[in-house]
Order: sequence, then C-alpha cells, then structure tokens
Amino acid sequence: MTEARETTRARIGALPIIEGAVLVGLLAVPHVTTDFQTIIATRMLLLAILAISFDLCWGYSGIMTFGQALFFGMSGYAAALLANKAGFVQLWGIAPVSMLVGLVSALVVGWFLLLGKRTPTIIFVALGTLTASYAAERLVAGWQWVGAANGMSVWDFLKIGSHELEPGPVFYYVILAFLLACYLGARWIVRSQLGLVLAGMRQNEERLAFLGYRVQRFKALVFAFAGMIAGLSGGLYAFHEGFIGPGSMGIGLSTYAVLYGLFGGVGTLVGAVVGVAAIETLAFTLSDVDALKPYWPVILGVIMLVVVAYRPTGLLGLVVSRRERIGSFGIGARARKARGDGAPARADRAPEPGE
Amino acid sequence: MALLEIRGVGKTYGVLRALDGVDVTVSAESFHGLIGPNGSGKSTLLKAIAGAHYATEGTIVFDGVDVTTATPAERSRRGLSLKFQITAVLPELSVYDNVLLAQQAHRTLWDLLRSRSRAELHDEVMGWLERFRLADRADDLAEELSHGQQQWLEIAMALTQRPKLLLLDEPTGGMSPEERRATGRLLEPIREHCALVIVEHDLDFVRDICDRLTVLDNGKVLDDGTVEEIQNSRKVQEVYTTRV
Repeated sequence: MTEARETTRARIGALPIIEGAVLVGLLAVPHVTTDFQTIIATRMLLLAILAISFDLCWGYSGIMTFGQALFFGMSGYAAALLANKAGFVQLWGIAPVSMLVGLVSALVVGWFLLLGKRTPTIIFVALGTLTASYAAERLVAGWQWVGAANGMSVWDFLKIGSHELEPGPVFYYVILAFLLACYLGARWIVRSQLGLVLAGMRQNEERLAFLGYRVQRFKALVFAFAGMIAGLSGGLYAFHEGFIGPGSMGIGLSTYAVLYGLFGGVGTLVGAVVGVAAIETLAFTLSDVDALKPYWPVILGVIMLVVVAYRPTGLLGLVVSRRERIGSFGIGARARKARGDGAPARADRAPEPGE
Repeated sequence: MALLEIRGVGKTYGVLRALDGVDVTVSAESFHGLIGPNGSGKSTLLKAIAGAHYATEGTIVFDGVDVTTATPAERSRRGLSLKFQITAVLPELSVYDNVLLAQQAHRTLWDLLRSRSRAELHDEVMGWLERFRLADRADDLAEELSHGQQQWLEIAMALTQRPKLLLLDEPTGGMSPEERRATGRLLEPIREHCALVIVEHDLDFVRDICDRLTVLDNGKVLDDGTVEEIQNSRKVQEVYTTRV
C-alpha cells in the first residue's frame, strides 16, 4: 500500500464511517428480518461482545488469549445456576453477577499467567489460557451437579421487573444496548491515555518497562476487563439460548473468538463485530444449502484460513489504514494547529553547526 | 555527593566473565563517560545499572537506595532513565505520542483512563520537541524520522521524565559529524538538573562533554579519573595504542 493511499485513508477516517454504518445496520435488523433471523442476530451480538473481549486482549494489548470462552462459560453456568437453583432471573442481578464472575475468573487466570516474576512470553500466555479453557471444559463435562456433558437447560426467561424477555426483537435491543455499552467502554479505554500505553506495549514491552510502566499489571487489568465483558455475554447467552454446556467454555468457542477477531480485523473493535457477522452469516448460509451441507465447515475453514493467512489485518484492513488503527493520543493535530504549535514545513535536515 | 555507587559488580554469562569487581562512583550533576575497547563490558555495566539484566555479584546504590535487584520500572520511577544502544522509539506511534508516552509514565491508572493530563502535558511535550528540533515532525510516525532524529527523539523521551541520572548507550551511533556536534549541544543544558553516564566510541565526543571517565578493559576498571588524567594515563594509552 502506498504512503499516499495511507494518508488519504487516514484523512477520510474510515473507522467512524464503518462504526456508524454498523450501528445503523444493527438498529435496523429487527425491522428487516424475520423473528427467527432476529434470534440468530441476537446470538451474533452476544458473540460480538466475546469477540471484542478478544480484540482488547490481542489487538490492543498483545495478550494472545486462546481462552476467552472460559470466562464466557463460567458466567453462563453462574447465570444458569442462579436461574435453576435459586430461581433468580432478573436482568439487574444476572448482568452484574455475570460480569463479576468473568472479572474474578480473569483476575485469577491473569494473576497466574501474567503477574509472575518473569515476563511471560506470548506462547506461554496462549498455551496457559488454552489449557485453562480446556481444563474447565473437561471439569464441567464430568460434573453431575452442573449437568455434566449434557450441560444445563435454562427454562425460565430473563426478566426486567415482571416483564419476561423472550428471544425476539425486545431481547435483541436489550443485547444491542449491552453491546454498545461494552463497545463504548472498550473504545474509551483504547482511545484514552491508557490506550497509548497499550499501543506502546504492543510495539515494545521492554521499552515501556524502561519508561517506568509496570507492563504486566496493565496487561492483567485489560485481561480482567476483557474477562468481565466476556462474562457478561456468557451470562446473557445462557438465557438467550436457554442452555449452557461444556462447549461454551472450551477451546472450540475460544478458537472461534480468535477467528472472529482475526477475520474482521484486530485492533479496531468494530472488526470484531464485523468478523462475527461475516463468519456466522457464512456458516448459517452455507449450512442451509443442501448440496453443501456435509462440507460447509470445511469451506468455512478454508475461507477463514485464506483471509487470516493473506490478510493479517482482516477484512477491515482493506479499508482502514494502520495509522488510523493505532490512533493518535495527544490533543490532536487540529487543536495543535489552532494553538499555533508546530511548523507546517518538514525539516528532514540535521541542524547545522552553530544553529 | 555520590548519586550512583557501584561496588564490586560482576556479571557472568555461562563461562564468560563480562564484568569483574567493577567499582564506579558517579556524583550528582556530573557527566561520566564509560570507555574501553570492544567487549570491555561498557554496555553490560550500563544495562546492569538500568536493570536490563541483573549483576551476579556486588551492589548498585542509586540515590541512597540499593537497586541491585530492582526492576527497570522501579529504577525508572526512582529517577533513572536509559537510552538504548539500538534506537527503541515506538515506530508506529507519532513523534508526539512517543514523547507523551514517556512523559505520562508516572501518572496513575485513573489519570490515564480519564486522559486528564493530555492537555496539561501538551506544552511540555511540544517544548521537548522544539528543543530537540522535532516540533515540525510531531505528527509523523517515529519510523519516518532519520536515524539521527530517532536518536534525538529517544533522548528527548528519556529526558522528559526529568531523571536524576540519564544513561546513554552510544547516543551518536550512526550520526553524521554535524549531528554529533548538535547532540553535544543538546545535552549540555541538562547538566543543571541531571547527571549523565554515557557509553560512547567517539572519544572526541566523550572528551568534549564528560567531566570524568572510567576506562574498562576485559570487564575490569582499568583507570578512573578526570578527562585530563585519563588522557595522560599510560595504562589507557597502552590499551588504546595496542588494541584499538
């Protein structure tokens, strides 16, 4: 890609346009789809929150997590237990409990993997999260109290006061509100001065340590926040699907979270939403074609492999420049010009002696 | 008053003894040069001071506190700043953001999250960029700067933290003679508030800006003294005339 094209794209600012278009599209979904398709779309929104949690970890903080489903599943089970064992199904309680379970479990995993005496490698963290996710999946698959391999059905609907939230347009908008809140929270973090620290960490952790940053603590914090929103999606997912099983906290869904992010484009947040929509729509469409029914997972796998291998920046990398993805963290070039800072001309030369 | 006291520091890599019983004292507000032939242990000593690796024996006391086993972040927070030998600016960040990143390093997490200091730090960031002749490149990516400008940016990043001691590992490496002279002039004003330990192969540059020199050879201190004393040292002359 030429520098000129990069600059042009940076000026246009593709990301806000994509974000706006995605938001308009998401708001319109229940009006242009059948109830069944709205239910499928609600599921995508929940998975999009999970994918955003992965993007925060890998796309912004350099934490390769292959275990985001662990937090998703833990909260899913917690919500199912609350509903089935305690009869509690109020949204005002389920949402914070799901977030808390995700947060606490991510803090525990992060404490083991990120806050050790030695700086952990990417491979160590990837294998550690993968192992944690796999171990949790095996644990619940053999634990009768939580339904073992059959998982747990959630028979009751989620409630707001006395109003039952059946899967459908209202449920969709409730989940969309949660997705928006998670998205805006994540966006606030990555565009803040803390986001600058994350952008620096991703490029050169050692340099950041020499500047005085406690890099691993920052990583653990982002990991915990990501675990919290993954937990939120898991808790709500259990009610939406009416079921939670070992597969919802295992390496299968964890790998999907990675693929959603990579396919859509990491380091953009909105790429995670696009990735989920693209992969789930492809899967849904392919699985519905009779001739392709036996082969659709293979076809989907090949498509994802091609995109990830040949377009590491994902689908959004086609339209969003690297400069825009990383962002600018000062008070902004426009504000600086307004204040009269910085000369317009470029000075590539070295200062002359005596200057 | 001694700002940095290095006592009996040793560093071993397997069977290689890179540093052996090194003693160095750096006083506040002095410019101290570490010189010696290739492989003499200069960069190893600098890294042991900064915390890039730990001394296997001996103690390093900085500003009255034993920092021998402190992490780089802890040392930085005590006022120790390092400029790497290989330029380590953040290439994908703008020049402005590189300096902002260095400047906000000691802010609290809550401050960073609220971006409260962004406007407050702006004038200071621009001041440093102007001082290092980078103000007109503020919005460019750091990777787009020339090698010499990247070196200046890194020195600016180190200085912006207002360290008590700045460690410079070959700051003029890869620079033109004009850029070297300019670097000397850029460093001179920091003497008022900051001491400097510098590893450098350009002996003219070292002679021009340093007050004291420590000469290392085979991981040991060969000689230590003022620039004049070192220039007249027979031991140093012998090493430099026979092996450099």
